[in-house]
Amino acid sequence: MTIQSADTAWERMLLEREIERFLYDEAALLDERRFSEWGDLLAEDIHYHMPIRRNVKFGEQHRENTDTESEISWFDEGKRTLMGRVRQLNTGVHWPEEPFSRVRHIVTNVRVMSVDGDEVEVSSNFFVWSNRLRDECVMFIGTRSDILRRDSETGWKIAKRLILLDQNVLLAKVFSTFF
Amino acid sequence: MVTYIKGRGDRNLRELVDLENGVISREVYVNEDIYAQELEQIYGRAWLLVGHESQVENPGDFVLGRMGEEEVILTRDRKGKIHVFLNTCRHRGMKVCRYDDGNALVFTCPFHAWTYDTDGRLVGVPHHRDAYFEELDKSQWGLAEVAQMCNYYGSIWATWDPKAPSFEDYLGPFQRTVRWAFQASDGTDAGVELYKPAQRWRLPSNWKFGAFSFAGDSAHAAMTHLSVNAAAIGPQGEVEGGGRHPLAAPFPSKRGYMSSRELGHVGQLAIYEQPGVADYRDTWLLEPGVDDYWRETREIKQQRFANEYLHMQSDGQFHIWPNATMSDWRILMWHPHGVGMTESWRQYQVDKNAPKHVKDAKRRYVMRYCGPAGITESDDMENWNYAHPASLGMVAQRFPYNFQLGLHHNHQDERIPGVTIGDRGPSEENQRARLRRWVEFMEAGSWDDIFPVRKNGKSNGRSKGGNGINPTW
Repeated sequence: MTIQSADTAWERMLLEREIERFLYDEAALLDERRFSEWGDLLAEDIHYHMPIRRNVKFGEQHRENTDTESEISWFDEGKRTLMGRVRQLNTGVHWPEEPFSRVRHIVTNVRVMSVDGDEVEVSSNFFVWSNRLRDECVMFIGTRSDILRRDSETGWKIAKRLILLDQNVLLAKVFSTFF
Repeated sequence: MVTYIKGRGDRNLRELVDLENGVISREVYVNEDIYAQELEQIYGRAWLLVGHESQVENPGDFVLGRMGEEEVILTRDRKGKIHVFLNTCRHRGMKVCRYDDGNALVFTCPFHAWTYDTDGRLVGVPHHRDAYFEELDKSQWGLAEVAQMCNYYGSIWATWDPKAPSFEDYLGPFQRTVRWAFQASDGTDAGVELYKPAQRWRLPSNWKFGAFSFAGDSAHAAMTHLSVNAAAIGPQGEVEGGGRHPLAAPFPSKRGYMSSRELGHVGQLAIYEQPGVADYRDTWLLEPGVDDYWRETREIKQQRFANEYLHMQSDGQFHIWPNATMSDWRILMWHPHGVGMTESWRQYQVDKNAPKHVKDAKRRYVMRYCGPAGITESDDMENWNYAHPASLGMVAQRFPYNFQLGLHHNHQDERIPGVTIGDRGPSEENQRARLRRWVEFMEAGSWDDIFPVRKNGKSNGRSKGGNGINPTW
């Protein structure tokens, strides 16, 4: 099925199912610590952005999430840095993940929002649980807005990911997983 | 004098801090009574970094800050004057501002609508006429304002103690170093702004693990940051081993651990063997055009300081007692948040006048280096995190921390009077300097006991302190 033909209800349903499966498979790669394979899912030009969430006055909601143009975010980077993070995780001496935490990515509320040629805009929610050493527990809950791009040879690639974490002051000591 | 702590029998604080032998009780870091005493003795008295004038550029601008455990509002009033207020209504204590930043005409409490002007005056009280019968003196019930505030080359510092010395006197030999941290890359004073907003996160460990380690613990780097070079986060990418710091040209200098034993400020800084500034070395190899800007501003700086020795103000990082670490590109705040929790803040300076592509490149670099997602800093967080719980045990507390690295291997240099230098390899002298000041603050009955500082180890004559236990103090 090509995306361009996703104009009937049946085709839209198939596409959504295909995208869901992609996101679940992606989550499994992270949970199974197959970080290099996860890196293969990233488009060369990916923009990976997790803004800081502000408390703002009513009417100023446009300022709620820090922008990528001039402000500071938690993550705001491309593939080179993300692959650097993968290499760091794979050293065995990256202390917040040595020994590895038990991380589980729960991906829900998957919605294909629009289709544009080979690219689809997908919204999904996440609940990331991390349990570390004896009893350290961290929860990350939020929503993502992705642009996924179909590569005819290698399958879906993540071309853009905007991650809205539902926290203001971060209540975890580090981000040592991906979202 | 406040010399006793509660819990497990009254003991003298100095029994816990043996600087002569570099042995420090774990209780200093994990004891709840000591922590409560710190909030009053240290955070109620010291000058604290609150923010930067660029965060409140226009009249009515405000941003929330912290002083110790408590939230403050940094704001610029309608006449352009900067203030620091405690964020609590004088009526029933509600936060009068619950937005991280913004612009306000007034701060109206959402509880009973007491309303304060941006200069802190109470200007509106419901029922003032019909039920307070105009007997409430509004002039006495404005927002609680800090006792003293100082705008130091753009950085905003404040203290709750009216008897604290001037901020310049508080800094002593570190005046030039703080001034440098807020200079633009061409050497222009107050030439920077902060990227917005601050990164703020919770680290489950006592505030001193971060605050007393930074700018004084290079011994940690080889082990803690063993994994960083794999990520090649420096602006030069994988060139020359993928280091995390920008490439820099050599300049005849001696890096050392420099501390004011008297004031508690410390740094990993340099003394220069010749005047002037190092040549620029291209390092932003992955971002076209960025080096051009830094090279041009470096040339201006070289001309400006051609005949000056920039001791303690051209390289490295430093820490202003009690909880502000900084350099010329980042500010690290360690806010106490309970005995076993730190709220860590990161803010980053950049030249006000830099073009957008330069600001963007630097911004991306600081985000991948620092903070909870920082490829470098994330390793620190794990070590500080678990040092705390592993120090809590009844048995663990029988075994003190070792602060003996470089102990008694220090000297003075007449080029930087008032500064103790440890430069024979890694040293924990800067950590000992903070612990020395820590005891003095914890014991002091008032600023009279801790300023002017004691010279040559002797009392300043005004001090009521000094029990003679450790004559080397």
